[in-house]
Amino acid sequence: MLNRNERLILSSDDLRRAITRIAHEILERNKGSQNLVIVGLHTRGVPLANRLATIIESLEGSRPHVGKLDISLYRDDFIGRAKPVIKSTELPVPIEDQIVVLVDDVLYTGRSIRAAMDALTDFGRARSIQLAVLVDRGHREVPIRPDYIGKNIPTSKHESISVKLEEIDDFEAVTLTPKNDSKVKETNNNNHEEKV
Amino acid sequence: MSPHAGIPSLKSTTSEMSISRKHILDLDDFTAEEIQLVLDNTVAMQEVISRSVRKVPALRGRTIVTLFHEPSTRTRVSFEQAGKILSADVINVSSSASSSKKGESLYNTALTIQSMQADIIVVRHPHSGSPNFLARHLDSSIINAGDGYHAHPSQALLDLYTIQSHFGDIKGRKVAIVGDIMYSRVARSNLWGLTKMGAQVVLCSPPTLIPPDFVNGFPKTHPFASVSITHNLSEAVKNADVIMALRLQAERQSRGRLPSLREYSRLYGINSETVKLAKEDVLIMHPGPINEGIEIDTEIAHGPHSAIQDQVTNGVAVRMALLYAVASANGGDK
Repeated sequence: MLNRNERLILSSDDLRRAITRIAHEILERNKGSQNLVIVGLHTRGVPLANRLATIIESLEGSRPHVGKLDISLYRDDFIGRAKPVIKSTELPVPIEDQIVVLVDDVLYTGRSIRAAMDALTDFGRARSIQLAVLVDRGHREVPIRPDYIGKNIPTSKHESISVKLEEIDDFEAVTLTPKNDSKVKETNNNNHEEKV
Repeated sequence: MSPHAGIPSLKSTTSEMSISRKHILDLDDFTAEEIQLVLDNTVAMQEVISRSVRKVPALRGRTIVTLFHEPSTRTRVSFEQAGKILSADVINVSSSASSSKKGESLYNTALTIQSMQADIIVVRHPHSGSPNFLARHLDSSIINAGDGYHAHPSQALLDLYTIQSHFGDIKGRKVAIVGDIMYSRVARSNLWGLTKMGAQVVLCSPPTLIPPDFVNGFPKTHPFASVSITHNLSEAVKNADVIMALRLQAERQSRGRLPSLREYSRLYGINSETVKLAKEDVLIMHPGPINEGIEIDTEIAHGPHSAIQDQVTNGVAVRMALLYAVASANGGDK
């Protein structure tokens, strides 16, 4: 499963514990699951949002609303690198006066999150927008900071982080690879989505 | 960055394919997968249209010019609406109010528009092939909004989308295209689209309104090999899932193709009797504008089987998907 130069950062057990902790932190910060809407960013934020909702349900007895967001139409770097396929955007309830927790797998430059906030704003005025990420790898280009972090991973820009989740990839792992590795390119082309 | 940047080179799955293309001239050079991707993105665009704030910033700062050398309501308005929802600036030019009235050639008019930084030119022209000509000579993206009796790709895509969203699939559906095939660019683009998507197409027209190269059917190797041709309406619509009536193209008719409109209407008009021969849940389509009472009865055009207004609504979302595909291809050249 792992390439020679790939370094395992989080195993599936680590992943489970990190997500469980984030669920607890969300509940602690917001004093319960009232008015919570957990919104996953495509692609891997979507299963993460579902997992958070499931854990919150097991702790609080009621499942928070779960939505998904595609930000293709909101990117500022649309030209030349637009994702050609637009995935579904679904918000189960009006977000007016709700606490929206955006969920993404990797936080890097912060531009996806800026786009996601623009997208959310088009649906109404949330009471607050919070950000949960599985991995924060640094190198922000806009002033955005996460509220909940699975793991901080200091990286260089020449490295890439790959998050694999069972729902999409059939196995679970967070790995770090040097970008100039030739073997990595193959995996990149197959299914790695670079987070920006 | 090259226009093909972002297209995965190895083992790309359908969901990672690209539909970025510089021009959209007809569906003949689309693969079934590319058509499906446009239809998938159309679903996403429908969601945008259904919002209370119908505006996304995807094409902000881009300029779209619609250059129409023929009258049009739905195509022009829906391209304009599509561009505006995507935040592009849309400028409409019609031949009657432009310098082409003073004798300026299509090339010079388009060149002028390009010089004013138009990223995308949506062109309709009575001469078949004029969008292809512009695509060869200009740097702007060209979208064909109907040329002569050659092609009307955005109409065919919205027809495909309407069929797919109604039935859930296109493959294997029997689609009867009835009427003036000879002069219909809608029929031609739909033939490409429907056959690529695996529909079973039956063309039905008076013997005088079938293109000469269609008369003897199609050889086995022809892309339209699966298409059958009949001059008998009852035979064409029998068990059909979709009946697509075409507008009788009066402006493109040279005299003598039809003995009388009344006879045409009696033999080829879609009425309640015709609909009874088709499947119970048959979908009645028409690209518009309708000559009510000639190719289709009023009660059918506005009846429970009619998808004609859905076609118009879907037209905006399909054109958003097309503008998005063209704009994302443009990046490399700018």
